[in-house]
Amino acid sequence: MGRPTGFIEFQRQSEACLPVAERLKNYREFTLHLTDEQASVQGARCMDCGIPFCTSGCPVNNIIPDWNDLVYRGNWREALAVLHSTNNFPDFTGRICPAPCEAACTLNINDDAVGIKSIEHAIIDKGWEQGWVVAQPPAAKTGKKVAVVGSGPAGLAAAQQLARAGHDVTVFEKNDRIGGLLRYGIPDFKFEKSHIDRRVAQMQAEGVMFRTGVLIGKDSDIGVTSFASETIAPETLLTEFDAVILSGGAETPRDLPVPGRELDGVYYALELLIPQNREVAGDGKNPISASGKHVIVIGGGDTGSDCVGTSNRHGALSVTQIEVMPRPPEQEDRSLVWPNWPLKLRTSSSHDEGCSRDWAITTKEFIGSNGKIEKLRAVRVEWKGGRMNEIAGSEFELKADLVLLAMGFTNPLQQVLDAFGVEKDARGNAKADTENYRTSKDKVFAAGDMRRGQSLVVWAIREGRQCARAVDEYLMGSSVLPR
Amino acid sequence: MSNSALPIQQGLYDPRQERDACGVGFVAHIKGKPSHDMVRQGLQILENLTHRGAVGADPLAGDGAGILLQIPDAFFRAQCAAQGIVLPPAGSYGVGMLFLSRDATNRAASEQILAEHIAAEGQQLLGWRDVPVDRAGLGESVRKAEPVIRQVFVARGENCADVDAFERKLFVIRKTVQHAVRRLPGDRGLYVASLSARTIVYKGMLLANQVGKYYLDLQDKSVASALALVHQRFSTNTFPTWIRAHPFRMIAHNGEINTVRGNVNWMAARHAAMSSKVFGADLDKLWPLIVEGQSDSACFDNALELLVTGGYSLPHAMMMLIPEAWAGNPLMDEERRAFYEYHAALMEPWDGPAAVAFTDGRMIGATLDRNGLRPARYLITDDDVVLMASEMGVLDIPQHKIVKKWRLQPGKMFLIDMQAGRIVEDEELKSRLAMAKPYRQWIEQSRYFLGDLPEVAGRPPLNATLLDAQQAFGYSQEDIKFILAPMVNAGEEAIGSMGADAALPVLSNKNRSFYDYFQQLFAQVTNPPIDPIREEIVMSLASFIGPKPNLFGIDETNLPLRLEVHQPVLSNDDIAKLRNIDQLTRGRYRSLVLDMTYPVAQGAAGCEDTVQALCAAADKAVADGYNVLILSDRAISAQRVAIPALAACSKVHHHLVRAGSRTSTGLVVDTGSAHEVHHFALLAGYGAEAVCPWLAYETIAAMSLPVKVDAKQAKKRFIKAINKGLMKVMSKMGISTYQSYCGAQIFEAIGLNAEFVDRYFTGTATQIEGIGLHEVVEEAVRTHLNAFGNDPVLANALEAGGEYAWRVRGEEHLWTPDSIAKLQNATRTNNAATFREYARLINEQSQKLKTLRGLFEIRPAGAPVPLEEVEPAREIVRRFATGAMSLGSISTEAHTTLAIAMNRIGGKSNTGEGGEDAARFKPLKGGEMLSDIIGKSRIASDRELKAGDSLRSRIKQVASGRFGVTAEYLSSADQIQIKMAQGAKPGEGGQLPGHKVTEYIAKLRFSVPGVGLISPPPHHDIYSIEDLAQLIHDLKNANPSASVSVKLVSEVGVGTVAAGVAKTKADHIVISGFDGGTGASPISSIKHAGTPWELGLAEAQQTLVLNQLRGRVALQVDGQLKTGRDVLIGALLGADEFGFATAPLVVEGCIMMRKCHLNTCPVGVATQDPELRKKFTGQPEHVVNFFFFIAEEVRELMAQLGFRKFDDLIGRSDLLAVKRGIAHWKAQGLDFSRIFHQPNMPASVARRHAEQQDHELEKALDNILIAQAQDALNDRKPVVIESAIRNVNRTVGTMLSHEVAKRYGQMGLPTDTIVVKFSGTAGQSFGAFLAHGISFELRGEGNDYVGKGLCGGRIAIVLPADSKLAAHENIIVGNTVLYGATSGECYFSGVAGERFAVRNSGAVAVVEGVGDHGCEYMTGGMVIVLGQTGRNFAAGMSGGVAYVLDEDGGFEKRCNLAMVELEPVPEEVAALEKGEVAPDSHGRVHFNHLNKADEHVLREFIRNHWQHTGSARARDILDHWPQYLPKFVKVMPTEYRRALQEIAAQQKEAA
Repeated sequence: MGRPTGFIEFQRQSEACLPVAERLKNYREFTLHLTDEQASVQGARCMDCGIPFCTSGCPVNNIIPDWNDLVYRGNWREALAVLHSTNNFPDFTGRICPAPCEAACTLNINDDAVGIKSIEHAIIDKGWEQGWVVAQPPAAKTGKKVAVVGSGPAGLAAAQQLARAGHDVTVFEKNDRIGGLLRYGIPDFKFEKSHIDRRVAQMQAEGVMFRTGVLIGKDSDIGVTSFASETIAPETLLTEFDAVILSGGAETPRDLPVPGRELDGVYYALELLIPQNREVAGDGKNPISASGKHVIVIGGGDTGSDCVGTSNRHGALSVTQIEVMPRPPEQEDRSLVWPNWPLKLRTSSSHDEGCSRDWAITTKEFIGSNGKIEKLRAVRVEWKGGRMNEIAGSEFELKADLVLLAMGFTNPLQQVLDAFGVEKDARGNAKADTENYRTSKDKVFAAGDMRRGQSLVVWAIREGRQCARAVDEYLMGSSVLPR
Repeated sequence: MSNSALPIQQGLYDPRQERDACGVGFVAHIKGKPSHDMVRQGLQILENLTHRGAVGADPLAGDGAGILLQIPDAFFRAQCAAQGIVLPPAGSYGVGMLFLSRDATNRAASEQILAEHIAAEGQQLLGWRDVPVDRAGLGESVRKAEPVIRQVFVARGENCADVDAFERKLFVIRKTVQHAVRRLPGDRGLYVASLSARTIVYKGMLLANQVGKYYLDLQDKSVASALALVHQRFSTNTFPTWIRAHPFRMIAHNGEINTVRGNVNWMAARHAAMSSKVFGADLDKLWPLIVEGQSDSACFDNALELLVTGGYSLPHAMMMLIPEAWAGNPLMDEERRAFYEYHAALMEPWDGPAAVAFTDGRMIGATLDRNGLRPARYLITDDDVVLMASEMGVLDIPQHKIVKKWRLQPGKMFLIDMQAGRIVEDEELKSRLAMAKPYRQWIEQSRYFLGDLPEVAGRPPLNATLLDAQQAFGYSQEDIKFILAPMVNAGEEAIGSMGADAALPVLSNKNRSFYDYFQQLFAQVTNPPIDPIREEIVMSLASFIGPKPNLFGIDETNLPLRLEVHQPVLSNDDIAKLRNIDQLTRGRYRSLVLDMTYPVAQGAAGCEDTVQALCAAADKAVADGYNVLILSDRAISAQRVAIPALAACSKVHHHLVRAGSRTSTGLVVDTGSAHEVHHFALLAGYGAEAVCPWLAYETIAAMSLPVKVDAKQAKKRFIKAINKGLMKVMSKMGISTYQSYCGAQIFEAIGLNAEFVDRYFTGTATQIEGIGLHEVVEEAVRTHLNAFGNDPVLANALEAGGEYAWRVRGEEHLWTPDSIAKLQNATRTNNAATFREYARLINEQSQKLKTLRGLFEIRPAGAPVPLEEVEPAREIVRRFATGAMSLGSISTEAHTTLAIAMNRIGGKSNTGEGGEDAARFKPLKGGEMLSDIIGKSRIASDRELKAGDSLRSRIKQVASGRFGVTAEYLSSADQIQIKMAQGAKPGEGGQLPGHKVTEYIAKLRFSVPGVGLISPPPHHDIYSIEDLAQLIHDLKNANPSASVSVKLVSEVGVGTVAAGVAKTKADHIVISGFDGGTGASPISSIKHAGTPWELGLAEAQQTLVLNQLRGRVALQVDGQLKTGRDVLIGALLGADEFGFATAPLVVEGCIMMRKCHLNTCPVGVATQDPELRKKFTGQPEHVVNFFFFIAEEVRELMAQLGFRKFDDLIGRSDLLAVKRGIAHWKAQGLDFSRIFHQPNMPASVARRHAEQQDHELEKALDNILIAQAQDALNDRKPVVIESAIRNVNRTVGTMLSHEVAKRYGQMGLPTDTIVVKFSGTAGQSFGAFLAHGISFELRGEGNDYVGKGLCGGRIAIVLPADSKLAAHENIIVGNTVLYGATSGECYFSGVAGERFAVRNSGAVAVVEGVGDHGCEYMTGGMVIVLGQTGRNFAAGMSGGVAYVLDEDGGFEKRCNLAMVELEPVPEEVAALEKGEVAPDSHGRVHFNHLNKADEHVLREFIRNHWQHTGSARARDILDHWPQYLPKFVKVMPTEYRRALQEIAAQQKEAA
């Protein structure tokens, strides 16, 4: 902490964004990282707490005070080293993490949290610009082979760690590009996919093999998007590899089984988002368009936001987002919530681009003609003691040309779990603890959404790293990989 | 022996920890005329010193007293004749005073041995005499231990040419007999109190007034002596130990030898190198010269006796053992400095506070330690009698007979040569000795300064990268960030805050540095710490490397060589010089490097052999004539691991000590492991004469350094910081020289097994066992392998560390993000379930061990009881208190919140050491806002108060700074707490930096806003245990209805101290763990001083129960208490009450930023910044919730364990056991049986607080004064009272002041409402806390502590009318006068002792001379000295003004100019006249009338002085004003001037 009084002297400064009108024209990222000077000032706001709550608030336990201080002092390269020491992919989290660290920041008790994520963003961008991010191939190989099934952030983190420990790692991906939900779930305007590509290149240089278009399982009809051209049976994998990590994402969307669900124009969010990401990548046109349509997004979370942003870029006539839960408070009672993740009204950049929002609404029916959606009928609800009651007489209708269901994901791909025959928990996730990440099946490990259910990218990275250590210990008897 | 009835070591009680202190005195006839009158007077002195002793559980059992006389020849001749023994002429026979076993067989055996040895040494046994005693007055316990007392008469043999030779023989006989008796099995039963042809000692386990009654001899008129040396002991125990009574054969000692462990070891180490012409072959018979198990005074006596019988004169020997502070003293002449410097190489100082009276029967004298830490006053009469005593008034001597009254000054000696028939003053005595030999020349011929030697080529290359080496030696990122960076940046050790809550090293999963297993010991109660900054003049870091000369080689023609360093941290250049010392000194020194590394492939198992080989190599090296051994781990590499340097150093040191060859060689450690202060202190404490931290230098060179600092400067700063830190570590034990610290082993081990400690760190305490050498080295090996392994975390970076701040991969802590969040949430929402989750996080440590108690299991006492039958929570919470956190360390908002909460639940909050606003004492109606009470401008976060709320802190703390301690403050207390030590930094002072001293804090502390405030390390009125008794007595007088509490910190021996404190009549004792929180402390102190409270509390409980003192005191424990389980374990280990500090702060919003010292607390708790304080959101309700949660958790546990009443838990340590199934590899060896031990005492002996102390206030003179002052007290009518006064009338005026303060508060009564005219010698603390409106006039003299805490009253002391003395040449008041005074006036017509007006913050005093350290730490008020001052005047003085009449122009040299400037008074006067200075520019020293120019102020107060005392000195000055005025020097603190100017400017602006 170079500056004990920095937090008193300086205000929080958010990252700048391109104007809405400009950014709606394309799918490019529009958030501009801080300048060196700005980052230094923001770093000076860090108090280097005796107990850095941010560190424990962060799922990968980023050593935030240290790199804040290093950035304050202009020691970027060391800051990058410290950042990478806990996080394989700060370029991912520096863009799309909701930053629970900032919720836990001590300044957030009664002031504005340190802009931790913006500093992280600045550090990793500088790292790439300066060419400091290079491959770290292992000094020696172990001869052990590990298969990683699923190339999302959990799989990538696990693969990178294990490769650096000297193992021969192969990553299997059912789609034709690496990245999983990271690539296909998140629009480019939030996260350009070149970030994944250069990480893949780095990992290839570190010895990781990537095999795309390969589905691991028994049945090729898996109910979610898959571009697999090849299916490999679990048994084959288990024979060829010394360990297998299941690190697929939670892609099974939650449905809304009300009358009219079958109407044309009612889609899962990913049915819009995946083709859109493919389109931006040059893989063909998105069959769904919101252009000139009244769009209703059902579900108030991040995926919903992504639908809003994408619809606006399509040129929707209107975008309305509805949520069954009541409107959260603008400001949480920090004295009771801090340092935990607060329930509060969150307005994303996509909302800023044009969207009307409404809360405590449940959809009763999709109404259309000619098999096409025209409107939906909804009713207002109130919540008491965790129970939802419809308010009599509050029914209303909304015009809808396109309805996107963004109500979360139920569980990871059951097909893979079932194919391996691993035991599952009550929520349909692979049953494994966070000490050794082992499933009920010998040699088979699970990490990320596959083990914990739908979650954040940063949690996926954490699990990937920890699982890698567990696998390394399993293979070698001991491990020096950090958890 | 049977008359040494100390209990054996049991549980945590260890008789080795026993301490004592005392009153001492002598009376002697200068011309050596023996008389019985001397004996009678000696006994009289004893009686009048009774209050300096103590009584234990048995009121008839004293701590011991005795008298030393010349052999009363006529008496013995007659007695012996009656028995048929014919004595040869005086001087040709010796008398032995023997304490013998009551068992006849044993007695006969002892006597047989004695007879044999007398014969063997060629002397003649004349006969035996039974010493008649009257045991009527002896207490039961004393009688049980009473020995059979006999005298033996020995005639001089023909082999003794003269009396000196005979004395030497008697010494040899005594030694050999005692060695022989010690070898006998079982009850040994012989103690020789004295055996001499010149002196005899009568002593015993007696009350002071019993000595003359018990020994019938002393009543016999024919017992005549020209001297009587007496001693009254105050011991820390109640066990009847006859032999520990003083005087010893040559001395009576008041004080403590802090370095005794080292001194005794060094004495043993000299064995082989010592030879003496006069002793010849007899010298060898004396060993072991100093046997184990004696008191420090007895050891000192042994050493003195050796030197004197070996040929040194008595004063010469005393100067060697207790030298003056010579190293940095510009006032000392060259010859004397050379004398001391020469002898420094022969003998390390026996360091500690000491007033030692000594005699060989021909001379009698006394000397004082270098810092003057004990009182010793003397007077001389016109009929050649000299009286010396700890205080005056012990003998009634007509004033007109007295020709001189003076005091012993620091380091000075006073000697009566009765053969020459005259007094030899210090100056004459020492210059004669200093000139006796050409010491300067000798030194110059034989000395090398390492720094002066030419530089030689560099160091051997390092076989590892810097990072690998750092990792191999356990460096973490925190070592760079928290340890090295602050040292390099500022030359200072880093400051931290909020205590230590990380795992103990032995419980840690991390590989910890071996140094971490040792904790520093520190002074509390029985001896004072030193202020190494403000009293640096007594400190010295000089060290001698290489062999020590023969102690008796004074006449040898071959001059012993000396290789000196100014300080012990060697540079790389220095070590290179040492490696090549052979060539640099042309072979006079020869060095050898001993490699501390060995092949890592051998694993931990390889260490033991390597160490053995090291020892053998050291032996061989010494035999081969190498006289500098360098233990080095520079050869570390991937293949070679280093033995922990501390283990190697200590082992080799002890090995050489045992071989008696340690003083034949120097021992230097060259290690990569040392980089923080604690490391250097440990290496020094275990024998290293110098240390080279080579890796620290390489690390610093590679660090990013501040601008304008190059690597060389950075290393210099590092050395400077280590030096400062070493002085601090030494001074916290009261040790002033590195030389005596070296080898003194001022440490205890935590978590090391006794077998290992005995072999490697012989004599070091370790109480809970733990790991041994194998595990220690295993940790080192693991660290090494990690360093050179392929751990990616360590590939490019050091370990995270996590000891000083929580880190995710770091050390485990109790306070974690989770535990803090849960505690805050639980208390804010009053959610018991969340609290349970919090408590579980703290209590359940099975996976992550952190505390000793985490390993405890509690067994039920019986069947569970229904919860509703358990004592209600509202009763239990009354036992809770919040910690002593001053308003200053925490914000007003946080401070008042705690007070409100504690008052709501009936617990107690604590003011801390910053005083308290009197507005908070008033009861509240409810509905007021906090700011209505405190002041709008002073509250940043306001709150409404409820009916029944109170802002008053029930505990008022009295700390060394005495900030805001007034009669009113004390009167508002329910409990007054004396902070002897603070868990976070025991033995150290503190500092409130100027930027934290707000207007409000300044008001409360009687200081000036913006000026920093210093809390001294010691209470300047507590240098020993009887001083504490005096302070307790003072405070009890200041508020008879308040209990007095003494706060101690857990360390080995704290139980003994606690027993002593119970005997000082404390009502309440706090045992603090080392881990307690703090606003600011050097981080090495937070971590490395003191021990966990489990140890200290258990030791206190066991020792108090053993001494049957437990019932008299309430015992409180604090230190990271967080849960009900903590409380329960505390109770089982013996606590009645419980203190919480950090946890309630967390409840108030603290999130453990650990930035308190920076004033940037972002939640408004530990800051004074009004903007940040606005963010404070703590609520009393939350704190109330917290304490009720704790109490409910306690209740639930009680119900499970089968307890209904809390009282029944206390002391039930039998219910504690170690948890089974703890798999931790290091924790395996721990053994808590000593913690769980219960002393085997009868059921009638109390185990908890059940009785009251008898403070004997009914005997106070004040009762009479109060009765006579009723009109004044009730109706403000002036009264005049006359009274005689004696030294036994202590603390006069304080209870009277309490009556005033109770009625009229701080304002008191109008001036002179109560006038009391005394005549006589006042006892200690005359006029302490004297309130406004009371005026004391004393004709006679005062002792120590006159006007302590003066708050508004006036004291004038003047010589009696019949005295013939010149007032300004004689002493009139003792030491530490006006300590902590806040207002009032004093006029002393005479000279005052040392430490005059220390920490004065508002009183005005005129005095005609003062001793050393005058006006130290003063923050306000005014002192006028019409005469000489001692050295170090104005040290740490940050406020107030002093005027000194500097007639000889030498004042500047005696003044400490670090914080003050000297100004000639006339220039300012002239400036004023010219209109260049505004008349009020000198400030507003809290007295409006001081808004005058210097001249007016001076003259006015000198005139007052004359009016109140009739001082001839004052009259003379007033009469010759123009001549005197230019000789006055004004002492003005620089910060004070700045602050006053700023305030003036602000006022001007406002106007």
